[in-house]
Amino acid sequence: MNAKTSNKIAVATLYLIALIVVLILLSLLGYILYNGVPVISWHFLTAPAKAFTAGGGIGIQLFNSFYLLILSMLICFPIALGAAIYLNEYAKQNWVTALIRNAIEILSSLPSVVVGLFGFLLFVVYFGLGFSILSGAIALTFFNLPLLTRTIEDSLSAIPDAQREGGLALGLSRWETVTKIIVPAAVPSIITGVILSAGRVFGEAAALIYTAGQSAPALNFADWNPFNISSPLNPMRPAETLAVHIWKINSEGIMPDAKAISSGSSAVLVIAILLFNFAARFIGRRLYKRLTSS
Amino acid sequence: MLVNPSHAVDPSKERHIELLSDPAHPVILETHDLKVFYGQKEALKDADLQFNEHEITALIGPSGSGKSTFLRSLNRMNDRVAKVTGEINYRGIDINQPDVDIYAMRRQIGMVFQRPNPFAKSIYENIAFALRQRGVTNRHELDDIVESSLKGAALWDQVKDDLNKSALSLSGGQAQRLCIARAIAVKPDILLLDEPASALDPVSTSQLENTLLELKRDYTIIIVTHNMQQASRISEYTAFFNMGRVLEYDTTTNIFTNPQIQITSDYVSGNFG
Repeated sequence: MNAKTSNKIAVATLYLIALIVVLILLSLLGYILYNGVPVISWHFLTAPAKAFTAGGGIGIQLFNSFYLLILSMLICFPIALGAAIYLNEYAKQNWVTALIRNAIEILSSLPSVVVGLFGFLLFVVYFGLGFSILSGAIALTFFNLPLLTRTIEDSLSAIPDAQREGGLALGLSRWETVTKIIVPAAVPSIITGVILSAGRVFGEAAALIYTAGQSAPALNFADWNPFNISSPLNPMRPAETLAVHIWKINSEGIMPDAKAISSGSSAVLVIAILLFNFAARFIGRRLYKRLTSS
Repeated sequence: MLVNPSHAVDPSKERHIELLSDPAHPVILETHDLKVFYGQKEALKDADLQFNEHEITALIGPSGSGKSTFLRSLNRMNDRVAKVTGEINYRGIDINQPDVDIYAMRRQIGMVFQRPNPFAKSIYENIAFALRQRGVTNRHELDDIVESSLKGAALWDQVKDDLNKSALSLSGGQAQRLCIARAIAVKPDILLLDEPASALDPVSTSQLENTLLELKRDYTIIIVTHNMQQASRISEYTAFFNMGRVLEYDTTTNIFTNPQIQITSDYVSGNFG
């Protein structure tokens, strides 16, 4: 076989493989959206779920998902940023940092159900936080921290060393150089990383089943005092999220329209995660443009 | 005239002293036995050089000769990557001591690098933010310094209407002059330039050289260059480095027209390097 023919065969094979991947993605998306989108209505998105009768919605679950996401990001982001700055800007290459990097690798490869069970034993039972948004947010932090740290570290290391030298040569300290030059320059890719990891967190179920719980008590959306039990902001209440809700109705849902609700919830979840992904690209590109051109 | 006695051919000490003790241009920076080690490798051996105030000194030599290593040691940019021993006397203070405040020292001995490295900020902020870190917060004062620095670097006329534009939109030559403006904005005493024109086109290079000739009225300039014509056009003194040693240090005229050792003659006439 000559070089030209073998090249053609290789290219055709690679095209085919790429096509298969795209087809799988499209058919999955198509199936979920085809079944789910007709279910979605304003009522479905805002009404509370019903346990035994038809016509329930996912309002509380949707709110819980976003609230949990924001809370876990509030815990996770500062830690990840600090760890990434330490690892990329300050740490010397020795066995301590090698150990830290290894620990991060291992933490990121933990199955999320293991993270969930660990969270259950430590926070829900041992610390007595109960099934609560707080327990869930901490479990999600464990789940998300390694990947976010790695993403931010990559964003920082993509900034050329010439920028660091430029800062130091002006008589700035390392800290001033990092906080005033390096981190601002890395902001577009840090934001992209944060939004992408938010999408992952939003769709996570296994880590939450045993930490944030599987029940969604009725909320009073007129009560914003976080110390009241029916307040949406109360971090100590159990909070079933959208992803957990899908898992739950499929395993033990007894409402007559369980299948429709499951399809609708799946579609909402997928659309939300797609929006996170598009937003990440869009915002990252916009910020980069603003920083690099007029 | 030679600096390193072991390589001396004509060490006419009198001429050396006469040249370097010009009362109009006193010595403000000198090194004694400066050695730089990268791990076990000695990249610079016993450099003894003196630099006169408000003059331009060129450091020339083939790649890997130690000239950039020497330059980067002068404001201790090599601290984290190399071991530097010996004395660096700046106006009577040895700044190669561990207790020296290197951040304060670098505000006196600024540096411009080979590749322009503007920050991902506006042109204005590139200059202003380091000043703000040092406590200059008055908007008028900042405006004045930004303007005078950009004028000093011969960039003001081209950017005065675009101060809020990102510095990353500037051309290579403009970006390098912004880096010079940024360096002089903190009012240093000495400017170290590490091949500042090597990434620039000929027009930008000649503009940069004119800028440096203007700047030497207020600053002492030490410049590493690969470009022989550049060294002869702008500098008063030239040091020739080879294999980690300073082989010859003299007035630029002497280095280029009457070098004392063969290897310098070969290098400046383009026979090696």
